Amino acid sequence: MLDFLRKLGHTAIDAIWRLGYAGKFFFLTLIGSGTCFRRFHLVIREIYYTGVRSLIIIIVSGLFVGMVLALQGYETLQRYGSSSALGVLVALALVRELGPVVSALLFASRAGSAITAEIGLMKATEQLSAMEMMAVDPIARVVAPRFWSGVISLPLLTAIFNAMGIFGGYLIGVVLIGVDEGSFWSQMQAGVDFREDIMNGVIKSVVFGIAVTLIAVFEGYDSPPTAEGVSGATTRTVVTSSLIILILDFVLTSFMFRGV
Amino acid sequence: MPPENFLEIRDLNFAYDKRPILRGINMSIPKGQVVAIMGGSGCGKTTLLKLIGGQIRPTQGHVKFDGRIIHELGRSDLYQTRRKMGMLFQFGALFTDLSVYDNVAFQMREHTDLPESLIRDLVLMKLDAVGLRGARDLMPNELSGGMARRVALARTIALDPMLIMYDEPFTGLDPISLGVIGNLIRKLNDALGASSIVVTHDVQESLQIVDYVYFVSEGVIVAHGTPDEIRSSETPFVHQFIHGEIDGPVPFHYPSPPYFEDLQLEPPHA
Repeated sequence: MLDFLRKLGHTAIDAIWRLGYAGKFFFLTLIGSGTCFRRFHLVIREIYYTGVRSLIIIIVSGLFVGMVLALQGYETLQRYGSSSALGVLVALALVRELGPVVSALLFASRAGSAITAEIGLMKATEQLSAMEMMAVDPIARVVAPRFWSGVISLPLLTAIFNAMGIFGGYLIGVVLIGVDEGSFWSQMQAGVDFREDIMNGVIKSVVFGIAVTLIAVFEGYDSPPTAEGVSGATTRTVVTSSLIILILDFVLTSFMFRGV
Repeated sequence: MPPENFLEIRDLNFAYDKRPILRGINMSIPKGQVVAIMGGSGCGKTTLLKLIGGQIRPTQGHVKFDGRIIHELGRSDLYQTRRKMGMLFQFGALFTDLSVYDNVAFQMREHTDLPESLIRDLVLMKLDAVGLRGARDLMPNELSGGMARRVALARTIALDPMLIMYDEPFTGLDPISLGVIGNLIRKLNDALGASSIVVTHDVQESLQIVDYVYFVSEGVIVAHGTPDEIRSSETPFVHQFIHGEIDGPVPFHYPSPPYFEDLQLEPPHA
């Protein structure tokens, strides 16, 4: 019993310590961001690796999520004779929820894990120590560009995911099932509010971008410099990011859409 | 006139948690000299380099480099001081996402405003010094161990440091690469007028190129002297180390209970 309590105490202290360290790390990343804004090509290079290389998975997933939404939505709407509202259903589901959340989950698996593994391996092979000994701050040179590339990439990827989802919904709803094209687009235009729906979705994706990329760079930087350490850190990035995305989504949604 | 001491280590102690790693280390490294720090694996040699570079703080004592006490420096001053140092890591620690050329140009781009045409000339000069000018476009994963070490050496001397530290530069190299690296360490030190510290356990290669040797065992300096003094030393540890004897002051067996007791056998009667 005493052993159990001791282990519980150790785990709690360790978790609080890591949280505090992550906070300090976030602060140092913000402080070190000046360099990467002055030399923006460092961020652009990382946007290529994290953002552009995630395009395929985002495009394909967006298309299929939109197609499934249209099939499921049509099935339900048809019962109430409102199949013409299919466009607005697909669009709202995507821009409010599915777009930001699914994009962030995919981004965490595709780019977050890659960032963690890369930084972890740089640490294990003493590349970060070498950089420090060359009087170059690894947080400013390695971490900050990757962090900002994620924060910039995810909202853009979410927009592409949404666009592809709506296109998928159009393919299934209008082209395959035969919903009226005019009502599909006009109801969507009338039913989706720029501030309430689109901007809130953008805010979500920015918050998710900060959370996912911060977890990815932190786990990489903090990983033990061994093969096992890097693999554990990569797994933690995906698991922690996924949970944080879902928790943050609930919190943000409860503030944004309350009473609407 | 004796040469000026460029790096001074006084009463240096370091412990991880409460486990002492280094105890009462005193060293002086004059300008222009190549000094070897030798000792078995895990005796604290690499920790000593980290203390000199300011990557960790001593628990007692100090490292004085170019007239400044390293652990008392603020972050900005420490980074300024590190620009005068170069460090070659055990396996090179080349940046794997950059080509050989970009690895050597890295510090020049980070710390200077030199035009790219001048950086190109300097990079090619550094690569030529290590014999790898023709490998400028290769990526680190296309290099052999010896080549990677030479590229890392070119990167280490990119900004003409005053102090060059080598962490196990001979590990895992074939005899030819080993000779090349040893030769380069001596020649580059003399050409740059720098001081060098070579942390190693490669006795034969080191004694040919260094001016002075410190032996570290269990965190303390157990012997020091010129290569000739070391070769003729009667100190048991140095003798065992130089001649590669399997037993001596450094025991073959890790501390353990008596053999027969461990195997739960009756000890043989005398």
